Amino acid sequence: MGWILVTSAAVILFLQNYPLYIRSVPTENELKFHYMVHTSLDVVDEKISAMGKALVDQRELYLGLLYPTEDYKVYPRAWQRLRSPRAKSVFPNQLCRYGYVTNSKVKFVMVVDSSNTALRDNEIRSMFRKLHNSYTDVMCNPFYNPGDRIQSRAFDGMVTSMMIQVC
Amino acid sequence: MEGLTLSDAEQKYYSDLFSYCDSESTKKVAAHGRVLELFRAAQLPSDVVHQIMELCGATRLGYFGRSQFYIALKLVAVAQSGFPLRVESINTVKDLPLPRFVASKNEQESRHAASYSSDSENQGSYSGVIPPPPGRGQVKKGSTSHDTVQPRTSADQQEPVSPVVSPQQSPPTSPHTWRKHSRHPSGGNSERPLAGPGPFWSPFGEAQSGSSAGDAVWSGHSPPPPQENWVSFADTPPTSTLLTMHPASVQDQTTVRTVASATTANEIRRQSSSYDDPWKITDEQRQYYVNQFKTIQPDLNGFIPGSAAKEFFTKSKLPILELSHIWELSDFDKDGALTLDEFCAAFHLVVARKNGYDLPEKLPESLMPKLIDLEDSADVGDQPGEVGYSGSPAEAPPSKSPSMPSLNQTWPELNQSSEDTAIVHPVPIRMTPSKIHMQEMELKRTGSDHTNPTSPLLVKTSDLSEENKINSSVKFASGNTVADGYSSSDSFTSDPEQIGNNVTRQRSHSGMSPDNTAPPPPPPRPQPSHSRSSSLDMNRTFSVTTDLCVHTGQQQAGVVAQPPAVPPRPQPSQAPGPVVHRPVDADGLITHTSTSPQQIPEQPNFADFSQFEVFAASNVNEEQDDEAEKHPEVLPVEKASDPASSLRVAKTDSKIEEKTAASAPVNASKGTTPLAPPPKPVRRRLKSEDELRPEVDEHTQKTGVLAAVLASQPSIPRSVGKDKKAIQASIRRNKETNTVLARLNSELQQQLKDVLEERISLEVQLEQLRPFSHL
Repeated sequence: MGWILVTSAAVILFLQNYPLYIRSVPTENELKFHYMVHTSLDVVDEKISAMGKALVDQRELYLGLLYPTEDYKVYPRAWQRLRSPRAKSVFPNQLCRYGYVTNSKVKFVMVVDSSNTALRDNEIRSMFRKLHNSYTDVMCNPFYNPGDRIQSRAFDGMVTSMMIQVC
Repeated sequence: MEGLTLSDAEQKYYSDLFSYCDSESTKKVAAHGRVLELFRAAQLPSDVVHQIMELCGATRLGYFGRSQFYIALKLVAVAQSGFPLRVESINTVKDLPLPRFVASKNEQESRHAASYSSDSENQGSYSGVIPPPPGRGQVKKGSTSHDTVQPRTSADQQEPVSPVVSPQQSPPTSPHTWRKHSRHPSGGNSERPLAGPGPFWSPFGEAQSGSSAGDAVWSGHSPPPPQENWVSFADTPPTSTLLTMHPASVQDQTTVRTVASATTANEIRRQSSSYDDPWKITDEQRQYYVNQFKTIQPDLNGFIPGSAAKEFFTKSKLPILELSHIWELSDFDKDGALTLDEFCAAFHLVVARKNGYDLPEKLPESLMPKLIDLEDSADVGDQPGEVGYSGSPAEAPPSKSPSMPSLNQTWPELNQSSEDTAIVHPVPIRMTPSKIHMQEMELKRTGSDHTNPTSPLLVKTSDLSEENKINSSVKFASGNTVADGYSSSDSFTSDPEQIGNNVTRQRSHSGMSPDNTAPPPPPPRPQPSHSRSSSLDMNRTFSVTTDLCVHTGQQQAGVVAQPPAVPPRPQPSQAPGPVVHRPVDADGLITHTSTSPQQIPEQPNFADFSQFEVFAASNVNEEQDDEAEKHPEVLPVEKASDPASSLRVAKTDSKIEEKTAASAPVNASKGTTPLAPPPKPVRRRLKSEDELRPEVDEHTQKTGVLAAVLASQPSIPRSVGKDKKAIQASIRRNKETNTVLARLNSELQQQLKDVLEERISLEVQLEQLRPFSHL
């Protein structure tokens, strides 16, 4: 389960709770982002387990808002929209955390500063989709060993473009 | 000019030099070319060189005759010795050392530098310069070039360096020329595009030596086994050092060497050098790549799997990261496999990388697999994007490494479009069953579940209903005339058949094929709409019977007999079609009516009692066969006193038997006169309704149908009231219809049950899959 963290700057891709790829735009507060992502991982795991052994559908990969925090809102996107009791509270400095899980249990976590833009759900979904596609491309590379840190320039470029768009 | 007296050594030396310079043995040496190089090698300031040349008269003559050449050499010596250049100095200065021409080998690096390494060894080297550098036919230049001092101006010329003197590339006097040179690595091997200006000499020599070394290595490997070539690549790091000077040229050399016997390739390369595109692949290279490809994958149109490619490219000993990047660039369609073009691109990138070129961020268009007709030279930065792929190349701007000089390789084949590399996404094939099929299935399954969200069903039903409507309308028209009923029904038959074919072919599960657009719609199933509306049902029923009559008694009988046979989903109706006709009709009436409301297009005929009139009329004319056939149905139907109610009851109970029984007796009681003759159109309508009904059949729908039927029924009697007989006939017909419909209904109910069960199970699964209903 890789996970990807994307903040208003960061994207982290995790594989088995080990980060495969970390990227954050504002380099500062990176640790904070990382912390948030790790906490959100728990939420993701929870959602995954709740799903049971159900099939994982593309639609259901999106976890949505994970949970709101003081500073950040976390949007976990489970395999399907969770009936999340969490309300989307609007905190002052909201960072929305979004999660996404692939079929292969690679988790993508994105933390977005909601103050930037009110990112719609669709946008987040599309971003995750792009991430997933790029991740798939990376996996297609025979020189890439699963579990390695992702060092693909193409992937970096895609993430950069995405984050620029977000920020 | 004064006479020139040369010492013996000088004489000898000069003559040798002259011989060297005078390649054509024309006893005169062109002012350019070797002479210039030679003079440059003398490490004299350019102005001095010019002066020398002028003094010796070469400028006047435009060439160096032997005497001029000797004088020039003498003057060079004079100048090198520090004496002022003067014509008379040639003779006055005695004991001049032999002119020194620097041919430092390592000049290549310092090529740009105007540093003339005046190593003493140069002298030696240049005595050795005279004889062509050993082993280096082409590299000779290194040595010989010393002797030739070429005026800078001649640098630009790209002399057709014979392979032998490849180094001869007239050292460009200016960086520009040099660059140009590099771009046109003439004859790759030896051409080490001399870096710029004057000091070329040493670099040149250096390059020569370097390249020669590389050449040696490569030539040794040039036609080497593919893998070895890789090895050679790996083994020739020294060449990479040379690369720093001019990657392109080196590249050329390298590639040339590796690709084919280099020497000859030089010229080719030189000539074919594409000025613009550093990433072009020459023919030899291309051929080499293709050969390599063949070793892995004999089929040129095939793919090389990622693992094989990985092994292959790993031999190049490039870092994995770079190989990974190369893969990203070259695997255009991101399929994990390399086509021929992709492979060549990857190979080329590897070669480039080994020669020191930086990998581009984006795949150069010349390397791009020609999925579409692209111009090599066309600067299509977003070519990769064009392919529609979010390939890596597409992202980064086409940033070729700045030092990427044109590789001088034409890229002839790159243009070959490789459809293989076209975006090879699996194209999802729509496997959605045809509407008809779906309808049929639905009919079978859901039957009553009209509200099935399945759009196709709804659509189908709509289609059916439309058809039914059409049919019904037609039937109505025809039905009005009893006499015409048949004929019209016949005519309708054709229509519904056509229509039926389109739509609920499948649904004809009940064999209403004729009706509902289902299979061979024997009985014209004109009104798809009928299926829904109760009135339609009636019509259908009648039409069914009519159809039945029309077709064959057997059919009808079959239909009657078959009602219980629930045809398999796919082609349910086909077989039982005719059989089901009757029951279907009977049921259909009801069901249709019931379903019609739910089905999309409401059958306008729903409350069209006129059909019943027609029915009544047609019923009267029903053939005996129908009646006979209907007997069995009728009998059970007659059991129920109130056919309609019985039907309804039956339907509500979803007890087909009951319905059938109810309808049968009712119909029977009415009079066995089957409604067969009744306006076929009516029957058809019923049938169509029945057919439609299955789609959306619900018990409730059936109930509705029943209600409609009931509703319609009374009207019939009313209309028939005038004629009791007619009424009775119509009643009978209705009963028969009811019976048929009931039977059909029962069948459908069974199917519905099954389908519902399946559906329930699916829903359960779905629920399991979707624990989170919403956020």
